[in-house]
Amino acid sequence: MNRPPPEPVHIVKERRDRALAALVERTPYIRTLGISFDRRGDELTAVLNYDDKLIGNPFLPALHGGAIASFLEVAAIMELGFHILWDEIENGRVSADELSPETLPRMPKTIDFTVDYLRSGLPRDAYARARVNRSGRRYASVHVEAWQDNRQRLFAQATGHFLMPTRG
Amino acid sequence: MTDETEDRAADKARIARQFIEAIPFSKALAMSLDEIGDGLAVISMPYSDDLVGDPSTGVIHGGAVSALMDTCGGAAVMSHPEALAGTATIDLRIDYMRPATPGQTITARAQCYHVTRSVAFIRAEAFDHDMDRAVAAATGAFTVERRAKS
Repeated sequence: MNRPPPEPVHIVKERRDRALAALVERTPYIRTLGISFDRRGDELTAVLNYDDKLIGNPFLPALHGGAIASFLEVAAIMELGFHILWDEIENGRVSADELSPETLPRMPKTIDFTVDYLRSGLPRDAYARARVNRSGRRYASVHVEAWQDNRQRLFAQATGHFLMPTRG
Repeated sequence: MTDETEDRAADKARIARQFIEAIPFSKALAMSLDEIGDGLAVISMPYSDDLVGDPSTGVIHGGAVSALMDTCGGAAVMSHPEALAGTATIDLRIDYMRPATPGQTITARAQCYHVTRSVAFIRAEAFDHDMDRAVAAATGAFTVERRAKS
């Protein structure tokens, strides 16, 4: 039996990293907040890189609730958007070499978003991971957890519903 | 209202204004306080390319609207007669009814409609230049810092 040889690892990694970078770079608000993403296979961790401008209460100091809400919403949308793009790239429908604003999928739109603030955000980096609990043709439900020093001690979590983009 | 309580309300609005205008994140998003007092706050955020979530449409990212709602909700709590300046969000839910029109300032209006010993409840709406159709609506719960019994 003749099986095609597996793709070299660096080709696979480069394709996936390029897909992620294309999504991140096209969103100005992600850059404004200083959010980056770590990728392990298809698992994403959003990183809110600490900056003084993210502070909401200078006397404590603590991260702004709005910055935290934004961070969690960005993490949720990227989780959905990256998986749409992942499927297209891995199935060869879109080439990672030709990613442009025209070929990138439209991002899901937020219908509602509920943030649960568990403790105040410390003035240091924060991390978030999103889990898609249901993703249908039109709607998706996503849960996001965020932590700082200790993965088991969440400082915020959120649930949101999103309208999935229609692909022409 | 007696002169004394009027003075105190004005004083409180002034302290809340100073507090809100010193918030680094609100400054980074160029938010400005249009109105404050007695549990009501109006805050606006000018359109900026830095806030865009989808460059193909130029629509502002939902997260930026959430940030505005959170700031405005907190400001409404701080201006309430029974709360002190200083509060933290416990919970915030936002419904997005339609995309904000690119290029237009977004204005949020929050009302702190009930305060208990420890919790303040707010409702808020955000508009672009079309004041008849809200862009987003929010409800939230915030912590209450009380003044020490004198």
